[in-house]
Amino acid sequence: MAGESSKPTKNREYDVIIVGGGITGACTARDCALRGLRTLLIEREDLCDGASGRNHGLLHSGARYAVSDPEGARECIKENLILKKIASNCVERTGGLFISLPEDGLEWQANFVQKCHEAGIPAKILDPEKVKREIPVVNQAIIGAVSVPDASVDPFRLTDANALDAIRHGADVLKFAEVEDFVKDGGRVVGVKVRSKDGLAEYRGSQTVLSAGIWAAGLAEKAGVHISMLPSRGALLVFGHRVADVVINRCRKPANADIIVPDDAVSVLGTTSDKVPFDQCDDMRVTPAEVELLLKEGVQLVPCLAQTRILRAYAGVRPLVSEGGDGRSVSRGIVLLDHEQRDGVPGLITITGGKLTTARLMAEMTTDLLCSKLGIKARCRTADVALPGSEKPVRKATGEYYSLAAKGRHGSEGRKMDFTGTGAELVCECEQVTRAEIVYCIKEFGVRNLQDLRRHCRIGMGTCQGNHCVRRAAEILAEELGCPELARQFVDDYLQERWKGMTPVLWGDTLREAEFMRNRYGRKDYEI
Amino acid sequence: MQDANISKLNFEACQKCSLCNEVCPMMAANPLYPGPKKAGPDQERYRLKDPEFYDYALKYCLGCKRCEVACPSGVQVADLIQKARLEYAPASKHPLRDAMLANTDFVGTLASPFAPIVNEVLPLKPVKAVLDGAFGIDAHRTFPKYSAEKFTTWFARHAKKAQEGFDSHVSYFHGCYANYNYPQLAKDFVKVMNAAGYGVHLLEKERCCGVALVANGFEKQARRQAKVNIASMGKAVSKGEPVLTTSSSCTLMMGREYGEVLGLPTEGYRDSLSLACKWLYEKIESGEVKLKFRKDFRMKLSYHTACHMQRLGWQNYTIELLRMIPGVQLTVLDQNCCGISGTFGFKKEYYPYSQKVGSVLFEDIRTSNPQAVVTECETCKWQIEMSTGIPVLNPISVLAAAVE
Ligand SMILES: Cc1cc2nc3c(=O)[nH]c(=O)nc-3n(C[C@H](O)[C@H](O)[C@H](O)COP(=O)(O)OP(=O)(O)OC[C@H]3O[C@@H](n4cnc5c(N)ncnc54)[C@H](O)[C@@H]3O)c2cc1C
Ligand code: SF4
Ligand code: SF4
Ligand code: SF4
Repeated sequence: MAGESSKPTKNREYDVIIVGGGITGACTARDCALRGLRTLLIEREDLCDGASGRNHGLLHSGARYAVSDPEGARECIKENLILKKIASNCVERTGGLFISLPEDGLEWQANFVQKCHEAGIPAKILDPEKVKREIPVVNQAIIGAVSVPDASVDPFRLTDANALDAIRHGADVLKFAEVEDFVKDGGRVVGVKVRSKDGLAEYRGSQTVLSAGIWAAGLAEKAGVHISMLPSRGALLVFGHRVADVVINRCRKPANADIIVPDDAVSVLGTTSDKVPFDQCDDMRVTPAEVELLLKEGVQLVPCLAQTRILRAYAGVRPLVSEGGDGRSVSRGIVLLDHEQRDGVPGLITITGGKLTTARLMAEMTTDLLCSKLGIKARCRTADVALPGSEKPVRKATGEYYSLAAKGRHGSEGRKMDFTGTGAELVCECEQVTRAEIVYCIKEFGVRNLQDLRRHCRIGMGTCQGNHCVRRAAEILAEELGCPELARQFVDDYLQERWKGMTPVLWGDTLREAEFMRNRYGRKDYEI
Repeated sequence: MQDANISKLNFEACQKCSLCNEVCPMMAANPLYPGPKKAGPDQERYRLKDPEFYDYALKYCLGCKRCEVACPSGVQVADLIQKARLEYAPASKHPLRDAMLANTDFVGTLASPFAPIVNEVLPLKPVKAVLDGAFGIDAHRTFPKYSAEKFTTWFARHAKKAQEGFDSHVSYFHGCYANYNYPQLAKDFVKVMNAAGYGVHLLEKERCCGVALVANGFEKQARRQAKVNIASMGKAVSKGEPVLTTSSSCTLMMGREYGEVLGLPTEGYRDSLSLACKWLYEKIESGEVKLKFRKDFRMKLSYHTACHMQRLGWQNYTIELLRMIPGVQLTVLDQNCCGISGTFGFKKEYYPYSQKVGSVLFEDIRTSNPQAVVTECETCKWQIEMSTGIPVLNPISVLAAAVE
């Protein structure tokens, strides 16, 4: 992605400039590129630095919204089926359960199943006794259980795959560059002013799309447009291993900490939901009160969470929009604003709200609007064409243990990795990341540091949170980037970031791990 | 805020310190083996995600449990590996051979009446070649000899009655080896116990402990046999008798792995199960038992701590007990694996690793130059005798020779 081909060419005239490289921006870039629009995607950090890299990783079946938001539920089930097809490599078909505890009663369940069916979600009532037997970790007090086609999705992988495909269809992707302002011609937005380490630059495009998540509101103000957004913060806990192979939800009115999702080799419990002021959107530290609430509720789903190692805590901010009916918002969830119509500012569109699950649909709606403005007739193909890595099932060869995890993560893209020689060397043991995978990610995704690298290959995201592998990973990264003097910095920065997530849960084995880390790296004279 | 971690076999407590890798004899001998840290806690997380993450190289694990002894975090590394093999291992390429080696008591039942023939036939070149080709049993292997009269038969004929003359009794789990291959050990046990003032009872029913079944992946059968032993031991304990053994592997299997690996209840007997040497040492220490030793007994011995003995952590009882015998000159060898690991070293494909692992120990033994090596493990006996030519004795046999 950092590959030179994807860097924007000077003076290139774009049809569309997309601001914000989360899942929404990446999907929009892909759709635009597939329809032949000259496209530029700009992200101030690495892809997935916003809500897209800080969520639950649940590919909703829509069941959670069936009662409260039937429209949203219908969108979810449709997208759920599409993603299972086009992004098979990013999605794990775990299935989901909605369990009823005695205090929840069964009335909710009856209505819930009915509403699921109305939305087209195949919800099935199960015998709770059978569920208890087959999933022994589930709260044994359950009085009811419903199965739905929830799944687990890797948001990093999904975003990467969309961006890769956009690039392969001619789009440019500019990372680590922040849009500071707009270029205007009269009242019309005709481009953006971008700051990066190379200084200030201007890029011009007929249309500009804001897919900057919660940060879209601040940007829009600069174009004289007001979007009323409500940042809603959610905190989550990462547990050290998979306690269950299915998504487990609570069958009641959606509330705090009532979903546990198996994500790769860990389990993620979430989430809380709190309105926060805008100036706190960049403060992602998790508070003790949040941890306590999560645990208190989480053990209701799976009691053994009370004794399972917690690796870290993290939080994200949902980009909720408080206005409903204006612009072209078609549902309470997805908000597409045509600022030409709405505010008299031509050349600017905002796409926000929605979910990770519905990002492809959001992109389709946005690109439809773009095409109509640009006078281009092209059909959306993103629901039919498989994403890179998911084109064909991966051949699994026995005796090649070292490449299994990498192929799991990157699907058919794994063939680009070179496992010969030192390539098969295991660098991150918890997450089974080899040197070959690291080198591939550095080249393909253009990373600056270990925090970026982990988004693409899970390095340092396992039990030891990088304690074991960070040095070796830093060496490889520094070597590949040609700046060996930076290795030390990579280690320090990465551990700083890991510690942030470990601090709220510093007890038990995680405390021991942190002490071990501190002894290893806390001294300034450790050897790299 | 949270209770202590209770992950399966404590795998989540791993801190990645790699101490287990430092002590793993197979990792040192075989570059194909990923080592206990990876094979245990690391890969366990991925096996939970998808059984496809079962690493075929786990078959090299010796089950020596040295990794577990070393782990400062209490991770049951070797049990994790053993459990993963039971759960995910692909079918063996030598099902017949594995079954034959695993069913130590079944093969024993068959062979005993024909012992002279079996013992004659097994060492012969052509037969070994057949075994090598057809069964995948390495031609270099010397087979444990099968005895003509089983211990249990001898006991019923010659010893049972006399035991009733004692006021107190112990129950004896003899194991397959003492029953079929080396009844002398069991006879020695009876002699020593009687000298200590205790009569010997056999268990109501005894089956092979199943350590070899588990190692070869025959979980169901192991579980069946374990249940029989658990019931018999429970009965003995409820009569107030301790259950004593002479083999370290049987003891570890029944004392720990019935619970940890097979998930069976062990409370009924666990605390009353002991190796004869440990029990004797404790009785002598507390003054309840006095053993009188021959004045003219002289022997130069080297003690080898079998891996499973080390896992039990009971070697010092035996060492101290041996030191009580006047005339014993004892060298305690460094703790090194002999490499055979039950039936592992019998398999053709593993023979070279098995020998490589053991080479350090063999060298130590030759240097100490004893009249006999002492160890509680019968498979170590086969391996050491075959590889060094020096006889190996169970400590109980040494005691039997030394008591008046
Ligand atoms: C706690 C939590 C749990 C969630 N769980 C789920 C779930 O399980 N399933 C699901 O479907 N959805 C879930 N969601 C919702 C989902 O994560 C979001 O709806 C989705 O990620 C939004 O993506 P986005 O691309 O619109 O925004 P973001 O991912 O926030 O992307 C915005 C991007 O814009 C960039 N940016 C901002 N300003 C600028 C600028 N000036 N110049 C350049 N770039 C800029 C940011 O760096 C960021 O990368 C969850 C959300 C939260 C907060
Ligand atoms: S049991 Fe022995 S061979 Fe197996 S991993 Fe542990 S130390 Fe290594
Ligand atoms: S010794 Fe224990 S804590 Fe250390 S790496 Fe091995 S299993 Fe993990
Ligand atoms: S350890 Fe003893 S009882 Fe167990 S299998 Fe071996 S010989 Fe039989």
